Amino acid sequence: MGKSKIAVIIAREFSVRVKKKSFIITTVLAPVLMAGLLVVPALITMYSGNMNENLTIKVADRSGVVMPYLERDTVIRFEPIPEDAVDEQKKNIEESGAFAILEISPLDSSKNVSIQAYSVKQIDVETRARIRENTREAIKQYKLKSYDIPELEQMVNDIETDVKIDTFEIDPETGKEKAVQVEIYMAIGYIASFMIYMFIFMFGSMVMRSVIEEKTTRIVEVIVSSVKPFELMMGKILGVASVALTQFLIWIVLTIAIVFGATAAMGSGAVKGQTELQAQLAAGGMAQEQLSQVVQMPDAAQDASDSGAFEIIDMLREMDIASIVGCFLIYFALGYLLYASLFAAVGASVDNEADTQQLILPVTIPLIIGLFIMLHTFQYPDSALSFWGSVIPFTSPMVMMARVAYGVPGWQLALSVGLLAATFLGIAYLSGKIYRTGILVYGKKVSWKDLMKWIKR
Amino acid sequence: MGIITCRDITKKFGNFTALDSVSLDIPQGEIFGLLGPNGAGKTTLIRIMNRILMPDSGELMFGGRPMQPSDVERIGYLPEERGLYKKMKVGEQALYLARLKGMSAGEASRELKQWFVKFGIQAWWNKKVEVLSKGMAQKVQFIITVLHKPSLLILDEPFSGFDPVNAQLIRNEILQMKENGTTIILSTHNMESVEELCDNIALINKSNLIVTGSVEQIRREYGNNQVEVLYRSAASLSSVMGASDAPFGIVSDEICKNARRAVLEVPKEVSNSQVLAVLIDKTDIVSYQELMPRMNDIFIKLVSDRQN
Repeated sequence: MGKSKIAVIIAREFSVRVKKKSFIITTVLAPVLMAGLLVVPALITMYSGNMNENLTIKVADRSGVVMPYLERDTVIRFEPIPEDAVDEQKKNIEESGAFAILEISPLDSSKNVSIQAYSVKQIDVETRARIRENTREAIKQYKLKSYDIPELEQMVNDIETDVKIDTFEIDPETGKEKAVQVEIYMAIGYIASFMIYMFIFMFGSMVMRSVIEEKTTRIVEVIVSSVKPFELMMGKILGVASVALTQFLIWIVLTIAIVFGATAAMGSGAVKGQTELQAQLAAGGMAQEQLSQVVQMPDAAQDASDSGAFEIIDMLREMDIASIVGCFLIYFALGYLLYASLFAAVGASVDNEADTQQLILPVTIPLIIGLFIMLHTFQYPDSALSFWGSVIPFTSPMVMMARVAYGVPGWQLALSVGLLAATFLGIAYLSGKIYRTGILVYGKKVSWKDLMKWIKR
Repeated sequence: MGIITCRDITKKFGNFTALDSVSLDIPQGEIFGLLGPNGAGKTTLIRIMNRILMPDSGELMFGGRPMQPSDVERIGYLPEERGLYKKMKVGEQALYLARLKGMSAGEASRELKQWFVKFGIQAWWNKKVEVLSKGMAQKVQFIITVLHKPSLLILDEPFSGFDPVNAQLIRNEILQMKENGTTIILSTHNMESVEELCDNIALINKSNLIVTGSVEQIRREYGNNQVEVLYRSAASLSSVMGASDAPFGIVSDEICKNARRAVLEVPKEVSNSQVLAVLIDKTDIVSYQELMPRMNDIFIKLVSDRQN
């Protein structure tokens, strides 16, 4: 009897929420936004390169060394003009169709040049970067030549070194080596634990609001005359959990579908642009150097990020994706159950949402502490703080998820999951006691003392 | 033994005793009034009968044996403070609550449709509760309470929120259910409906059961043995009687529209026939009737007596 009634409660909690407009909107819109976040920058990178393709810039080169390098530019067309035609060109700038007019000074005593650029519209960052980079290269080559040392150019190229660190983990038992890329671990840990934090908060407060609703509409007394309060509480918590899982599933499927669909439609160029952009972002935004690198050696940069992308995919393949997803589901489920029971108890103790603030604090603080420890953990996954944070139940869902991608000893996982499950059972029992009394108490500001009394009752 | 029997039920909330060793037997198939001032412990007793609360001590028998958790499916409960999910459709919500009482979806749906037709509210099925008026919502709640054909119906202030027409509709439904063998516990402050509907009552005050018995018997017991006489006469009864040794006292005597009205106090050992024999010689009697105290007065008397 009890079981089938819990099923009836779960079914209602599920169907009421799934039919809501807000659920449908967030479920459909979130993946679109997510996909947008992934696809739009790629689109922008892909097409923005072509924006300057038809630009013509007229150049009066008084230095005599820069023009050949400018003319090599693959995107912008640089057109030489006589040195004395600058003033005339400036007057007719609009009719001539030139985007800008450059006046490059003669080489000064230290073999440098200065450039004046005239245009009707602002000269954009990329165009400026192209001008600067091409000019720099021209001056550099000129200077190298002027030293008159044989094969100096070759020597300088040899000096420039790109340092790449390949990291490997050694399994002390089997002696096997495994290539690892710390950044990916950090990213996965960060995303997974932040998602757990967000979803616990989101769906936990959903449970709390639902308890308050039943209390304020007074329907709760009719319900508990049919089922035990604990059954109602658990039915509600599980019902919301089923909503959460449904939403995850739809999100994952839709995001993948949209990203793949869009990628296929745009061709592989988008993905290349995407990885390029990510590489730049990772290295600290659109720093001048990065930008000029891309501008100067677009093909090389693309090659590098291509191989980067493949490496990432390889790495992901080597990491046990199934076990990470499994851990995510276990920690989300248990963490949610633990916190949702607390949220339910808080909801039962108040008359309306405005009164929750005082009681909700002890519930949200451990959650937020978990988030802070997680920020430390994804850099130092094996520190003492990370270890304890990932074992203590109230913070473990977030902190352990930050560690899992790096690999965690089995006994620690078992200890952490075991403690979390046991704590959930204990907290559910105590919350159930608060809940069954709280739902029938009205018009009273509940104190901590009252809650203790309710637990003892 | 009645359908539900409380034996020495005690319930404390912290230092406050809500029920102090209350024993009550509710006979099968009648309407039982549960009376008492606010805060007396009625709601606590009702919640214990519904197994929403567990007593600290004492025993609860249902149908002659200790009450089981599944017995709640045989009880229908309409709490005083009642409500429905505002955003949920009427029909869906009624189905949900019926299924929690153990009905199958099909059965609940069939029964519900019959009730909706009976009350003429079929059009509400797909409406959200928030668009219903209070009286409309009350009707839906009443249907939900009785839908699973409970053998015990516990109604807490069932008429509040209803207009006179709908209150009458509900009253008739209650009487019909009694007719069909349902036991009904009626908790109310409306003493007129107690006099009209209840067979037996119990009065709870300050956590204790102070009076229980049939309405008739209690009214008689708490009456002052007064009778009301309407008569026609030129002079008042007191002057007609003179200083005679009448076997009764005259409490009041006044002129009404078409007659005079006297209230007499009759000692217990004197019968109505003896009083009439004395009166019939002196005046033209229009009517003669025993004066029963109103439940309202008994309630006030009992409650304020205990307070002093």
